[in-house]
Amino acid sequence: MIDRRSFIKSAGALSIAAATSSTWLGKAFAAEAEKPKKGGHLVVGVDNASSTDRLDPAFWFETYMYFVGSQLFNNLVEIDENAKLAPSLAESWASTDGSKTWVLKIRQGVQFHDGRSLGAKDVVYSLNHHRGEKSTSPVKGYLDTASSIEATGEHEVTIKLTAPDVEFVWLLSAVHFAITAENESFDKGIGTGAFILEKFQPGVTTLTKRNPNYWNSERGHVDSVETLAMNDSTARVAALVSGSAQLINRVNPRIVSRIERMPNLKLVRAKDSMIYTFPGLSNLAPFDNIDGRLALKYAIDRQQIIDTVLGGYASVANDNPIFPSNRYFAKDIPQRPYDPEKAQFHWKKSGFSGPLTLNVADAGFPGAVDAGQLYQQSAAKAGINLNVVRVPDDAFWNDIWQKKAFVSSNWANRPTADALLSLVFTSQSSWNESAWHVPAFDAMVKAARGEPDEARRKQIYHDIQVMLVDQGSEIIPLYADALDGCSTKIKGFTSVPGMPLSGNRAAEKVWIEG
Amino acid sequence: MVLTRLFYGMLIVLAVSVLIFAGVQLLPGNAATAILGQSATPDAIRELNLQLGLDKPAVSRYLSWLFGILHGDFGTSFSTREAISGPLFTRLGNTLFLAGYTAAIAVPLALLIGFISVRYHGSWIDTLLNVITRATVALPEFFSGYLLILIFAITLAWAPSNSSITADMPLAAKLSAISLPCATLVLAILGHMSNMTRAALIAAQSSAYVDTALLKGLSPSRILWRHVLPNAIGPIINVVAINLAYLMVGVVIVENVFVYPGLGQYMVDSISKRDIPVMQDCALLLAGIYILLNLLADVMALVANPRLRHNR
Repeated sequence: MIDRRSFIKSAGALSIAAATSSTWLGKAFAAEAEKPKKGGHLVVGVDNASSTDRLDPAFWFETYMYFVGSQLFNNLVEIDENAKLAPSLAESWASTDGSKTWVLKIRQGVQFHDGRSLGAKDVVYSLNHHRGEKSTSPVKGYLDTASSIEATGEHEVTIKLTAPDVEFVWLLSAVHFAITAENESFDKGIGTGAFILEKFQPGVTTLTKRNPNYWNSERGHVDSVETLAMNDSTARVAALVSGSAQLINRVNPRIVSRIERMPNLKLVRAKDSMIYTFPGLSNLAPFDNIDGRLALKYAIDRQQIIDTVLGGYASVANDNPIFPSNRYFAKDIPQRPYDPEKAQFHWKKSGFSGPLTLNVADAGFPGAVDAGQLYQQSAAKAGINLNVVRVPDDAFWNDIWQKKAFVSSNWANRPTADALLSLVFTSQSSWNESAWHVPAFDAMVKAARGEPDEARRKQIYHDIQVMLVDQGSEIIPLYADALDGCSTKIKGFTSVPGMPLSGNRAAEKVWIEG
Repeated sequence: MVLTRLFYGMLIVLAVSVLIFAGVQLLPGNAATAILGQSATPDAIRELNLQLGLDKPAVSRYLSWLFGILHGDFGTSFSTREAISGPLFTRLGNTLFLAGYTAAIAVPLALLIGFISVRYHGSWIDTLLNVITRATVALPEFFSGYLLILIFAITLAWAPSNSSITADMPLAAKLSAISLPCATLVLAILGHMSNMTRAALIAAQSSAYVDTALLKGLSPSRILWRHVLPNAIGPIINVVAINLAYLMVGVVIVENVFVYPGLGQYMVDSISKRDIPVMQDCALLLAGIYILLNLLADVMALVANPRLRHNR
């Protein structure tokens, strides 16, 4: 019951507020204008497509399939705009047994494209798809520690691990862990996603239509999506500029400024999506001693590479593979500057004098050849003779990487700090690109993975980063941004830290204005 | 005569198949590591090599490939594990469509330019046509392609910059979609064909019978049409055939610039994936078409010029 006195007070307050603040109304209108609109046909140009592409996520190796696959399928969890773990087909998750047993509650009332409803058995089938002796899936390793994956209820999945892993569920956000129906072939593309497959022509085009029964009512706005295979970066930009495509990925940093000058186009920048690396094999000279490594770390002008090769769309990295968007990123480690004098000092101390060959290919990372030449110049000022050799992209990963002492390479952001560290830096990892075999380091990575106490975990990850920055055998000059471009008519295109195309889910997030 | 040429043609195809197979073996890297890329683990590579039958000796792999092709079986793609013949012929159809459309425009246009140049030999029209056609020959396709995109797709917005066509598109839409790659290819082959036509006609024009015809009082157009052309047709057919063959195999760059789903794009794709069966099939198909078109040129020249039919 409102008495008259208080009614007058609140009415007065309201009118004062309305009179003094016109921005309040303005904001309301702005919110109105940003309301998603239904309908329209979205045309997207994405690179890294191939006529050998398959809809089966165990065979997704490149961007095009990530983007198409994410239209058809959902994951159990996804990474949101704040780099946090968000529920998707799993509504909640909890661990017992010192994070060795994980129980996931699966969302109810979700339908597959063919009308079947989602249950725990579908999740078990889909996860098991990546396991087993014969699996060639890129995410096979993420499930190496899983001893069993079982349905413990209609909508409950229990995963048992052989070793504690506090961040295990984060790994399930990897795009490959798409969920299809039990005993169904992934190649049919039957998922729970926002779009239903109409036509899939590998290496050419994919057409999808909106799923009218999509469980996530906040997403899936456009009627249909056409994802064109556009591997040529000039062709992509030409398509965007001429209006043949409304959204493209991987804009070449060199022409970014031109796109920014066009009033009908905008650039969407996901900061820190990749690390570009120069790994040195730590068992070969000059990387077999600390001074050799330090000399090469001081001898690189990181900012110059960022400005010249990447058009400024990157940030300086401190030879630290942990991304700044990661919650365990150590902000307090001082950034190592370009210092020719210190480089010269350590280089002399290392006892290595002969020229050092740096093998670069743009397969290592785009712009690696130019970056290598800049590195050569900055190192020369420190008296370090870098011999930069351009090698062919073909068979780069087979014949050069991990074989030659000093090469170019890159890594995309991973869901957790552990995912990258245990993939590239632990002794038993097959992708250990710097031959970094340090038992103390392995122990720290293992300890951090199972450490339930958040503060202690943070401390261990801090120590790990200090170790890599000071002693690691990889030069990591920068974190590169992912650059996507779209028409200004495309709304709702958000940037997910560390991932291109809004965490590969741009198709279901955007709507077309006007 | 025709039969012996056909026999030699098949012999060349067989030799080419050996070269293709041997060349593919010499490429660095293998299919398993290329398919898996950076994400190749030793386990995965071993497993894939076994699945793809790459552990068998090269000769037996060559023979089984050849045997399959002779029986119409183009094999199975390494990376998709599906029969190659489906996509192969779809892609071939697309390439033939683009090449055919280009030829339908370029061949008459080139002949016309050649005729006009010769009819007005030495005049300003001849010079102008010469300058234009030589300029287009000098432009590489990737440059003229991007130039056309800049002018007609971006600035004027008359044509789409990408030419992604699908089977269910109506013909008019397809023709409009491929207008820019077609124009690029026309520019690439027009100059060569018209210049060679002009040269052949001029050579024939310097013969004695042309002087006789002139003395008889025939009009220059009539002389060109009735007396010069039949004698120059052999070399003209030859240059047209060579250019058509070039069209078939030279569209790789254009297909990539314009995102056109043809045979060239398919081949480039499979090379980067080391999808050996697809590479081999594409290369053999293109070589076969090239040889066939040259054979056809020879036969046409024989038909056009009776003198060639007898060994002297």
